[in-house]
Amino acid sequence: MNDIKVKVNDLSLRYGTNPALKNISMNIPEKQVTAFIGPSGCGKSTFLRTLNRMNDLIDNVTIEGEVLIDNINIYDKNIDVVNLRKKVGMIFQKSNPFAKSIYENIAFGPRINGINQKSKLDEIVEVSLRQAAIWDEVKDRLFNSALSLSGGQQQRICIARTLAVNPDIILMDEPASALDPISTSKIEELIHELKTQYTIIIVTHNMQQAARTSDYTAFFYMGDLVEMNTTEKIFSNPSKKQTEDYISGRFG
Amino acid sequence: MIKDLIRIKSKMQSPVKGIVTFNKKKFRFSDWFAEKVIKAVAFLSIAIVILIFIFVFREAFPIFKMDKTEAVTSELLVQESYGGTETENTNVKIKDNQLDNSNNNEAPGAKPSSTLLSKTWMPVSDNPRYGLLPLFLGTLKVTLIALLFAAPISILAAIYTSVFAKPRVREIVKPVIELLAGFPSVVIGFFALMVLATVFQNIFGYASRLNSFVGGIAMGLAAIPIIYTLTEDALTSVPRTYTEASLGLGASRRQTAFFVVLPAAVPGIFAAVVLGIGRIFGETMIALMATGNAAMVSINPFDSVRTLSATIGAEMAEVVFGDTHYSVLFFIGSLLFIFTFAMNALAEFYFKNRIIRHYQAKK
Repeated sequence: MNDIKVKVNDLSLRYGTNPALKNISMNIPEKQVTAFIGPSGCGKSTFLRTLNRMNDLIDNVTIEGEVLIDNINIYDKNIDVVNLRKKVGMIFQKSNPFAKSIYENIAFGPRINGINQKSKLDEIVEVSLRQAAIWDEVKDRLFNSALSLSGGQQQRICIARTLAVNPDIILMDEPASALDPISTSKIEELIHELKTQYTIIIVTHNMQQAARTSDYTAFFYMGDLVEMNTTEKIFSNPSKKQTEDYISGRFG
Repeated sequence: MIKDLIRIKSKMQSPVKGIVTFNKKKFRFSDWFAEKVIKAVAFLSIAIVILIFIFVFREAFPIFKMDKTEAVTSELLVQESYGGTETENTNVKIKDNQLDNSNNNEAPGAKPSSTLLSKTWMPVSDNPRYGLLPLFLGTLKVTLIALLFAAPISILAAIYTSVFAKPRVREIVKPVIELLAGFPSVVIGFFALMVLATVFQNIFGYASRLNSFVGGIAMGLAAIPIIYTLTEDALTSVPRTYTEASLGLGASRRQTAFFVVLPAAVPGIFAAVVLGIGRIFGETMIALMATGNAAMVSINPFDSVRTLSATIGAEMAEVVFGDTHYSVLFFIGSLLFIFTFAMNALAEFYFKNRIIRHYQAKK
């Protein structure tokens, strides 16, 4: 296993009195792809959102336990959530570019960080779009609305937008679930490229996708972490019966 | 167990009486009746609005008709006063002359509609003049002051409750501001008359106690709930994904509110402001009580003004039925009607379409 980037200790989360995550502990390795799989409502998206404190936006959520990123507990009182989210970027299920030009979408992150120099912004935009493997498709229409692109392109714009902030970790919440197979394969190739520089955590419903893209896989069921291991091990020889049932399609 | 149930059911009366056939259409009187009544009521309300519209315009119409009958006398007047060297005066020239005359207030007995563009509103003097300019200017001044006061306050309040406030605070603040919409305007007018006027006079030290500034602020108070509610709706209807995307990129709440949510809600906020203008424009009671009601041509905000709606409110009760003055008041009424109608239409169609296009823009 590589160095550990994220260490989760005994994390529990409740919506009101309704437990959504129960005593989760896991280690997520650096510069690898970790996939979370499990049936709907098993808590995998909720867990993903605890890693950059996106759940803070929802009322009535109680979180116990700790999440250490680079050995710092992000649920500590002194944590600056705004800067945390710069380090831990997020890609959402539904692509959500702003109703602005492609350029402005990418430049949004750097701008709010106080970069206003035109040449610097141009550079960041180009590098980010190249990293997201969409530069060639959009370089001639950087100032068109991002909403004029196809769904798959929009999702890669969102990835480029996240990369422009230069995060360490990228969380992806079912990034390809609304896309066609061709766009999906592009996103998957991109994930493969990006893992050389970033720690990637991906939630997916698609087990083939998890098998294709990830190095480690965690299986969640009913708010419990059932099993986590290398993807190879999980898909070929799971140690728990529930995992085997799920990946062989017997339920879920 | 199941046998028992079947037995019980067989003893019960069938819920459907008689034999059910569906091969012939059946006339159901109560359904038919209810449908017709609802339809009639709906069309009645539309018809009433249209009838009011027609009535107002019909009562305003005579001022244009008077033109023709009195045109002869004014033509004579023009020829007399200017020596009448040209016998083939075109209508345009006559019109020009008449305008000049009425502006100088030197043409006694000039036809009433020609004085509509003059600078004096003196409907009950021996030489009545119906210059709408001071009324328009007054309305404009008051509207502008009210808007400058109400729009920033309500938009900031809306940003606060929709983005920053905790849900519990929002649940209290939002209904309280919305309750203000039900505040009788006469109460706001009274408050402006008794309290605001004195306070502002002490602060600014102006001469006339009731003026467009006091009236504008009071009308702003009346417009705040409308602008606030609609702005708040516009802001909360910005997709949650925008907020999440922005926060996920490490933007602070303030940056998210001003750089992402606010720009996305701009068409809706414009619509809110436009509807606010409509409200201020038609507001009568506050204008009547707090603006001083002096029809003056002045751009000083601390001068008294008389608004269009307040003019109708103040004079309609004393006017002679069918008189020119009466028609002019109805003419003002139709102008107000058209203006508010245009404002509402603008907000309804133009801005709503823009909002829809904004979010669904594909290619």
